[in-house]
Amino acid sequence: MTAAVEITGASKTFTTRSGPVHALTDVDLTVGRGEFVSLIGPSGCGKSTLLRLIGDLLQPTTGTVLVNGKSARQARLDQDYGFAFQQAGLLDWRTVRSNVELPLQLHGVGRSARRARAEELLALVGLEDFGGHRPPQLSGGMQQRVAIARALAESPTLLLMDEPFGALDEMTRERMQGELVRIAGETGAAVVFVTHSIPEAVFLSHRVVVMSPRPGRITDVVEVPLGARTEDTREDPGFFAAVTAVREALRGRPAGDVGQRLKDVRSAL
Amino acid sequence: MTWGRSWVRAVLPPVVFGLLFVAAWEVFVRAADIRAYVLAAPSAILRETGDRFHNIAVATGHSGLNALVGLAVGTVLGVLLAALCGRLALLGQTFAPLVAALAAVPIVCLAPILNNMYSLTSTIPRREVVAISAFVPIFINTLRGLQHLAPVHAELMASYAASGTDVLRTIRIPGALPHFFTGLRIAASLAVIASVVSEYFGGLKDGLGSRITDNVKATDYPAAWASVLGAVVLGLAFFLAALAVERLVLGRQAAGLT
Repeated sequence: MTAAVEITGASKTFTTRSGPVHALTDVDLTVGRGEFVSLIGPSGCGKSTLLRLIGDLLQPTTGTVLVNGKSARQARLDQDYGFAFQQAGLLDWRTVRSNVELPLQLHGVGRSARRARAEELLALVGLEDFGGHRPPQLSGGMQQRVAIARALAESPTLLLMDEPFGALDEMTRERMQGELVRIAGETGAAVVFVTHSIPEAVFLSHRVVVMSPRPGRITDVVEVPLGARTEDTREDPGFFAAVTAVREALRGRPAGDVGQRLKDVRSAL
Repeated sequence: MTWGRSWVRAVLPPVVFGLLFVAAWEVFVRAADIRAYVLAAPSAILRETGDRFHNIAVATGHSGLNALVGLAVGTVLGVLLAALCGRLALLGQTFAPLVAALAAVPIVCLAPILNNMYSLTSTIPRREVVAISAFVPIFINTLRGLQHLAPVHAELMASYAASGTDVLRTIRIPGALPHFFTGLRIAASLAVIASVVSEYFGGLKDGLGSRITDNVKATDYPAAWASVLGAVVLGLAFFLAALAVERLVLGRQAAGLT
């Protein structure tokens, strides 16, 4: 079976007035089907650029990007992925329901099928009572849930998320993380998730990809062997071990193996 | 309930202030024994308005029709040209600065020149002045609305592999509607001003502007003021009509009906 995402030797150079900017150099990354992978790193490390290469919103200067075994462009035309941005980006003049219907409407799905799918998705994100509301009437967290429902509208096998919880408060953020883990599990979609937050990356992901800037590149990949996530996961010693591993990797030290680190912690106790 | 109360709260203060202002004006004119050619008393203006109500109403109708036709023509042209300029970048780069410059031109100055292009009894030159005046804010605002596309919406539509027509239909046009209505409100007021003032420069003598100049020439100042009152009512009517259309359409849009 082909991987959800397969990136080989991808580089991206932007030409600016003050000369070329090497946003990404020589990136190799594979994301399996149903796998949850986070991209983490400081500003300017190219994590958003990498996400846009996968979504074909940007094209690599060199290298190849395959999604479900086809070119990123073909995958975009086939609507293989759903994209959620840092801003919810809802259309304020449409109802919540009709915002969720937008991609279906653009791709010619009939009115009643559209309506049924929107209701299903709103129930999935816990907003079944808000279909008739307009986005400005909702809180930031609710707007992001609508955006996630919209990204899921066409049952994509891949979700691309660019700091979708970045503007939310900590409590809302943790609740949204829990819901996202559940939704990803229920839909079986692979997720590539860009974030600044170490605990967020560790809680959500099977693997955390650590990046560094100038030039943007992947410096480490931390496996997070934590099993099914619950709210208790956040207090699990393994969670802290993984957080430490990612933090070390971000500081440029080798992250090592989280399992080994966990054993060290347990024996010290 | 709350709607009724907030409506009263919105309307009452300006109405009370307006009535007090008129009362003070009346008292001032009487107490200081001001001559009518300097400042007519509100009571005298009202009396004139009552006496000449029919003539003023007919004149208001003529000026109002010129304003309405000119506004309609200017609105259609403004929207069409804005749509073209929004679609074709080169056209936008050509026309947008020209229209911005036109906005700074006192267009009623054209009235005497346009008057000479047509027969003395033609309403066309006045309607042209109105149309040009109304065209400017409609074009500028509509184009600004059509050209605005938030980066997140641009990326979202790209991720849907949506065509330019899809973006126009689902984002640019609905997003431009509030801008268009802002332009329409400005244009509606400008249309009445342009219609009345263009009559000051001769031509057909059937509207409020020509009544005002005639009354002033005949030193009948309360009558001139009465026609000014007609112009005030006309201007308010146009503004409120534009506002009502805006509320109706944007309200329907907000309710998800369009």
